[in-house]
Amino acid sequence: MSIWKYANPAQFMRTTDGLLPWLVGAAAICCTAGVVWGFLTPDDFRQGSTVKIVFLHVPAAMMAINIWVMMLIASLIWIIRRHHVSALAAKAAAPIGAVMTLIALATGAIWGQPMWGTWWEWDPRLTSFLILFLFYVGYIALWSAVEDPDSAADLTGVLCLVGSVFALLSRYAVLFWNQGLHQGASLSVQSGERMSHVYRYPLYLAMLGFFLLFLALLLIRTRTEIRRRRLAALQAREMRA
Amino acid sequence: MIALLLRDLRLATRAGGGFGLGVAFFLILSALVPFGVGPDRATLAPVAPGILWVGALLACLLSLDRLFALDHEDGSLDLLATAPLPLEGTVAIKALAHWITTGLPLVLAAPLFGVLLQLPGQAMPWLVVSLAVGTPALSMLGAFGAALTVGLRRGGLLLSLLVLPLYIPTLIFGAEITRRGAEGQATATPLLFLAGITLGVLALIPWAAAAALRVNLR
Amino acid sequence: MSLLSVHDLAVARGGLRTVEGVTFALEAGQALILRGPNGLGKTTLLRAVAGLQAPVAGRIEMREDTVAYAAHADGLKPALTASENLAFWAQVFGGGGIDRALAAMDLTALAHRPAAALSAGQKRRLGLARLMVTARPIWVLDEPTVSLDTASVGRFAQMLAGHMAQGGAALIATHIDLGLPQARVLDLTPYRARPGTRATRPSGFNEAFA
Repeated sequence: MSIWKYANPAQFMRTTDGLLPWLVGAAAICCTAGVVWGFLTPDDFRQGSTVKIVFLHVPAAMMAINIWVMMLIASLIWIIRRHHVSALAAKAAAPIGAVMTLIALATGAIWGQPMWGTWWEWDPRLTSFLILFLFYVGYIALWSAVEDPDSAADLTGVLCLVGSVFALLSRYAVLFWNQGLHQGASLSVQSGERMSHVYRYPLYLAMLGFFLLFLALLLIRTRTEIRRRRLAALQAREMRA
Repeated sequence: MIALLLRDLRLATRAGGGFGLGVAFFLILSALVPFGVGPDRATLAPVAPGILWVGALLACLLSLDRLFALDHEDGSLDLLATAPLPLEGTVAIKALAHWITTGLPLVLAAPLFGVLLQLPGQAMPWLVVSLAVGTPALSMLGAFGAALTVGLRRGGLLLSLLVLPLYIPTLIFGAEITRRGAEGQATATPLLFLAGITLGVLALIPWAAAAALRVNLR
Repeated sequence: MSLLSVHDLAVARGGLRTVEGVTFALEAGQALILRGPNGLGKTTLLRAVAGLQAPVAGRIEMREDTVAYAAHADGLKPALTASENLAFWAQVFGGGGIDRALAAMDLTALAHRPAAALSAGQKRRLGLARLMVTARPIWVLDEPTVSLDTASVGRFAQMLAGHMAQGGAALIATHIDLGLPQARVLDLTPYRARPGTRATRPSGFNEAFA
């Protein structure tokens, strides 16, 4: 038994069917607990109460990047091993990623207004996220524009590959272009203690919550896509019979 | 391959080919910007490098949707795919033809538009150099976008949506070279980055574009 | 070895198998005419043989770069003259004999006219003359006689006969009688894919989930 058995649509549906309620429940608990706990933390001595938006901002930003990475891996699996579920998972993940990027940008703007005195700054991190959002939009648009599902899966796969390279390239080009205002990573392994424990544990919980939320949404969306394909295939057979 | 290049160039220069349209568009853009931001040298000069580069990007984009679409409609693309030419070579040649008909005229005409936008004289050589190094990447990335959208009915708008984000690194370094040239700073670093991006694009994108074309042909 | 042999071929259009189990071989000097009702998958099958589309199942055996394909679109550029169009394809395919090709389809008088100024039938003749300059042995033709008059069909049949006499072969989907005594006819109707039979490999994206 290898991991590839889950690439079989029927097996995938069976497995996720049992998994989904637990996942949705866990995601709801972790998200709520993380954000509420985050809200009950004391005010930061410099940033005041505005710091609390971090419990939405950081997990969303983290997922925005990781979802693209997941789409890249799923696209590679589709291109190399031709597992249909993989292509659909990449398709299902894109809108979630786009929304996560939007949440990160919006919460950043709301936080930035009182802290930096501006809604928007052409800071490398902000700019990179805007670019990432553009890549998500292009990817989603290409999926919806191509009618033949095989071609759509192949074309978006190629776009995801090339897009990944250019998203990374843009990230460093933007760094070169403008050194920014944005603070360094909130959580970092090398830099040691940067954030108090008071904030760190609720943040971990919120991040876990967002990850579970993504997983649950991804499974729901992938299952919907699979059902749509099955319906289309059955209708096509019906028409011909 | 030479035959394909010559044919594309010949088609571009004959009636309806649209040779030089890019330059005309560039001219209009350079003429419109001062109406928008005001005629002051003090306002125009600092934004000139950026405007010129964004103009080059848009001018390049104008003729992209016809890069493969015309050949797709009249069946030439099917025939080219069955020809002994590798499809990667076909893509590269068509991108080269696109560059010669849009990119190269832009490079040559750029100083003129620089004058219109009050670009300082010392930046002119850098504007030309940055465009000469950067525009081949624009054509090749455009060919990739055109290959992705070749079979689509409303491909034009989608093409811009897909291609423009890919242009960001080239735009950043290209405009940076010109800006540094205008301010008399060292330009070697962004120039090397720009050249690196162009070379990488020229080396790798033909494969991605040919893969997309094959998908769209079947 | 035959020029082209097809074993147990199945092709799909729009994610559904159209024909399956098609087997035939084509020797030098032979022509095979495919017949069957509209929508059976003749065009799809020809595209698969030409290498433009991957078959769903089966094998297509031939040497590389031996097929010249001609379909509904002629691949002509309206801004180029008739002879320029031919010269381009001759260069791309590494063939020659443009004058001979023009003469064969009675286009010599129109050689210097832009393709935009040709009538539909004249364009079709030019598109067929292109086959002669490709220097390829197997011609794969999809409804080659559309918009041709009787005289032109006769000229085209002559051109085909000449091609086969030189050791070429042709695979043609057509509904009219070309008047080629040496041509065999293959009716594809019995090969129509039966819905409900479980394919070994899904023929389309959606079918993978059914």
